[in-house]
Amino acid sequence: MINVALPKGRLGEKVYKLFAAAGYECPEILENNRKLIFENTEKGVRYFWVKPSDVSIYVERGAADIGVAGKDILLEYQPEVYEMLDWGFGKCRMAVAGYKDFYDDGTRTLRVATKFTNITKNYYASKGREIDIIKLNGSIELAPILSLSDVIVDIVETGTTLKENNLDVLETVVPISARLIVNKASYTFKTAAISEIVRQIKEQVTQND
Amino acid sequence: MNIAQAYLKPEEKAVFLLRSLYRSFGYLPYKMSKFEEYDLYMRHKEFLKSDRIITFNDADGKLMALKPDVTLSIVKNGENQPGGKQKVCYNENVYRVSPSTHQFREILQTGLECIGDVDLYDLYEVLELAVKSLAMLSEDFILSVSHVGILTGLFEAWQVPGKAQTGLVRCISEKNIHEMGPICDEFGLSDRAREGMMLLPALDGELLPTLKALEDHLEGETAKAAWDELYALANLFRGSEYENKIRLNLSLVDDMKYYNGLVFKGYLAGIWESVLSGGRYDTLPQRMGRKAGAVGFAVYMDLLENLPGRERESDVDVLLLYPEGADTAVVAGKVRELQAAGKTVSAQKTIPEKLRYKTLCRLEGEEKA
Repeated sequence: MINVALPKGRLGEKVYKLFAAAGYECPEILENNRKLIFENTEKGVRYFWVKPSDVSIYVERGAADIGVAGKDILLEYQPEVYEMLDWGFGKCRMAVAGYKDFYDDGTRTLRVATKFTNITKNYYASKGREIDIIKLNGSIELAPILSLSDVIVDIVETGTTLKENNLDVLETVVPISARLIVNKASYTFKTAAISEIVRQIKEQVTQND
Repeated sequence: MNIAQAYLKPEEKAVFLLRSLYRSFGYLPYKMSKFEEYDLYMRHKEFLKSDRIITFNDADGKLMALKPDVTLSIVKNGENQPGGKQKVCYNENVYRVSPSTHQFREILQTGLECIGDVDLYDLYEVLELAVKSLAMLSEDFILSVSHVGILTGLFEAWQVPGKAQTGLVRCISEKNIHEMGPICDEFGLSDRAREGMMLLPALDGELLPTLKALEDHLEGETAKAAWDELYALANLFRGSEYENKIRLNLSLVDDMKYYNGLVFKGYLAGIWESVLSGGRYDTLPQRMGRKAGAVGFAVYMDLLENLPGRERESDVDVLLLYPEGADTAVVAGKVRELQAAGKTVSAQKTIPEKLRYKTLCRLEGEEKA
């Protein structure tokens, strides 16, 4: 049996449809009920919904063999997993944003507000820029407006929220999309089954491109 | 009654079993202090999994550290024996930061090191001991092996620049083929290098057939020499009971700074990460001024707690209930009688809330729980 952790929400539903199209369907999962785990014994798969940011934990600790997580989560938490496929959707980017006319003259420590402290730390370390990280858990865009920070590092999809607040993308840190991740030990013991699922999913993703 | 079978936890049993295995191959027990001078780790921090170390000042003011690693101490304290080999085994606690909790943890490691004039036999012996160690811990196990020389040789032959190597090593270790293309484009790698590179993460399977599949893609003397060594080792396991338990996995590249040859990781079914890790690490003894090669491995005993099927059905065989004012000699006699019958006994006056027992025995009679 292959355990699959799906992220709750639209992304997870889209991913499930591709699993189903690849032959790993479990129609019960789309019913509006309170079940937590959905199983198709014939196809040898078991699905469960988890909070998107928890998927990588379920996979790293082997509670799920396979999962779907955003590249942002993988870069931030660096779980020990295989990243075997780029789904090509859930596309956005991790970006530095601030007031359009913000100019970093490099004379003082740059104040950066973010939820993604590791990505931010690594990005500025690679540029040799000293920063003061301000860890926030939401409404990151408020930080430069209230002078809590000079810039923010956050996920940008359309940029509408930024524009409505007179902010703009200043630099792209890294492009983000959904990835298929696999537990390393599970892959070692279930290589054939997992490789076959990945191959079938890859076909579906290519067809959808 | 077999005391070890009855009372020891799986990880405790494993310590005894593994020690007897290593002793049978002439690996002598190595006992070391819990502390080392902090300076040792600072000078060789590239050989540590993490540079976060618990430090304290010794009575004479010297900065000391709780050992984050065993191998450094063994290599440091060994003596050069021209043509000879130092073969030691150990069972030691190390103190490291957990990547998930970011807190320090005490980790019990059992392992062995062979330091000196290492040859093909030593590599075979260490690999055999690794696979036998796994077999002692569980029936369902796999040892994944690779050779650092294959990748470094291919990088050399394909003239992959250093900056590109960092990204490509990460991709290979993640079996992440989709991010390799952009790296190859950025650094202008040849089509041949690109195709060859993208093939590596998928090479994961039974040792001999997968090595054969790799053979046609080898380029350069270094990669071929590494392949020859792995092939020779694979042949030594041909026909053995472990042949189908050893796999080639070219994604074992995350410790390339430490290892320079054979590398391997052992997995037990039901445990989410590798429980055994090892390989050839000649760079460390050479950095410490020893004219020696080295190969060894460690088993992470704390992970064995997670082996499936270790849950006990009960805490004791018999809960012996005796009334207030009971004759102590009678209670003691009953306990002795039950123990003589091979049972574990907890003597209590009331039934403890959380104690699981098979049989409830009152001094005036017995009843089934």
